Amino acid sequence: MTLTQLPLAEQFVLTLAALILFTSFLLLAQSRIVSLIHTFAWQGALLFIATCLMALTSGRHHLFISAFMTLALKVFFIPWQLRRLVVRLDIRREVETVGNASLVMIGGGALVLFSYYVVLPIRELSFLATRNTIAISLAVILIGMLMIITRRKAVAQVIGFMSMENGLFFAAVVATYGMPMVVELGVAFDVLVAAILFGIFFFQLRSGIGSLDVDHLNRLHEVDR
Amino acid sequence: MKGWLLALVQTGLLAFGAPFLAGWVKWIKCRLQSRQGPPPWQPYRDLLRLFGKEVVVAEAASPIFRIAPYVVFSVTALACSVVPMVAIGLPTAAIADVIVLVGFFALGRFFLALAGMDVGTSFGGMGSSREMTIASLAEPAMLLGVFTLAMTVRSTNLASMIGYLIEQPFQLYPSFVFAAMGLVLVAVAETGRIPVDNPATHLELTMVHEAMILEFSGRHLALMEWGAMLKLMIYSVLLCNLFLPWGVAVDFAPLSLLIGLGAITLKLLLLGTALAVAETGLAKMRLFRVPQYLGLAFILCLLGMLSHVILEVN
Repeated sequence: MTLTQLPLAEQFVLTLAALILFTSFLLLAQSRIVSLIHTFAWQGALLFIATCLMALTSGRHHLFISAFMTLALKVFFIPWQLRRLVVRLDIRREVETVGNASLVMIGGGALVLFSYYVVLPIRELSFLATRNTIAISLAVILIGMLMIITRRKAVAQVIGFMSMENGLFFAAVVATYGMPMVVELGVAFDVLVAAILFGIFFFQLRSGIGSLDVDHLNRLHEVDR
Repeated sequence: MKGWLLALVQTGLLAFGAPFLAGWVKWIKCRLQSRQGPPPWQPYRDLLRLFGKEVVVAEAASPIFRIAPYVVFSVTALACSVVPMVAIGLPTAAIADVIVLVGFFALGRFFLALAGMDVGTSFGGMGSSREMTIASLAEPAMLLGVFTLAMTVRSTNLASMIGYLIEQPFQLYPSFVFAAMGLVLVAVAETGRIPVDNPATHLELTMVHEAMILEFSGRHLALMEWGAMLKLMIYSVLLCNLFLPWGVAVDFAPLSLLIGLGAITLKLLLLGTALAVAETGLAKMRLFRVPQYLGLAFILCLLGMLSHVILEVN
């Protein structure tokens, strides 16, 4: 089904999908921690709008519940929690240089292409008009993983992890109108607990190695001394 | 015959409207900074005054220095004739497509950079080297953005692109959203506006375009400055007509031509205002951040192309 045959609302969902992918690329390149958190919140907001639109066009009102859960958790609670942690750890002004940013970006582009080819056969199984976006959500997941690999600061890695979860949620929404409610509630609760646990983990990490740079974990204290 | 006449009139409108657009942006910017500001028609007076002045050429200058202003201006003016501003379907549109347009700009830039280095002052060489650095990064992004559009409308000819978009009922193409964002960034870099280059000053070590034309005077300077204004005009008209094509005349009836003229004037004034607001709000970035900025433009255009392939086809 080509784009021109879709109603305007679904074209808008496709545009939102592309914008979500764009925020993933922004997350990959963003070096300031506070802007990173804001970009993550924007990704959540785009996800919220896309889910609401899907709920409206398909008439499946249980999607509104997941949409508002996304709004509450990923747009407000988790960014707020991360921001509070960043302020308390006093790393607000820290700038992390992304090693060889352009290479990482090209890697992101390659991941998008890869997920497009991987999804080609899977796409045939879905009958929704928005099934083309499955490739985009897979790309968001993979880019989140790439972010965890390329970043060294723990906060950035946590945001990469959360954006992977965003990709999973988006895939569920656009491919099958969302997962069963129980699963979705469970995942949302998991993310909530993870956010709190990561906070504790940050403090442990800092009191243990004196920094949030996880590269320090590669070194053995006894050997270096 | 009527078509050729219209094409001439349209090219003239583009060429003589360009200083007004530049003046309009400057005037709005001054207003936003609560200064009086020169009136929007001030660039016409400046150009007229420069044309009346005598030309002073450095002793070390070669013939390239003398012919560069004419080459730069005529190439840009030729580019003007290709851009559909008021109406599509003009005979000049068949001369060149958008890839040739990019080539025209590259030719003009080549001579501009040569002329900058010709006299041998350090400023000129610095400006030329910076201009070529920026151009080599901006051009791939621009071509990628243009190809994204071309894949949707199945043509690289500007007039048939716009014609296709007017014919279709309104569609929200994700690829167009990205191509628009990417091309705006490229246009800002190519026309030397604020986050990349400051057009308002001759007194900065970071200047790019002004550094290259520092040695020119009299009518040479006038042609160079007019060429820069034309470039701004061409990019603005392209952005307006490609992404907001409504109002462009598809036939040569007087009424539709009048509507086309009104629409493009309104669009250009709005775009000029937006540019002035952006220039007031943003600070000029460091030169070494420019590759990052153009990398963003490239990524945007690349995402536009990818989202065309992934989302729009089948």
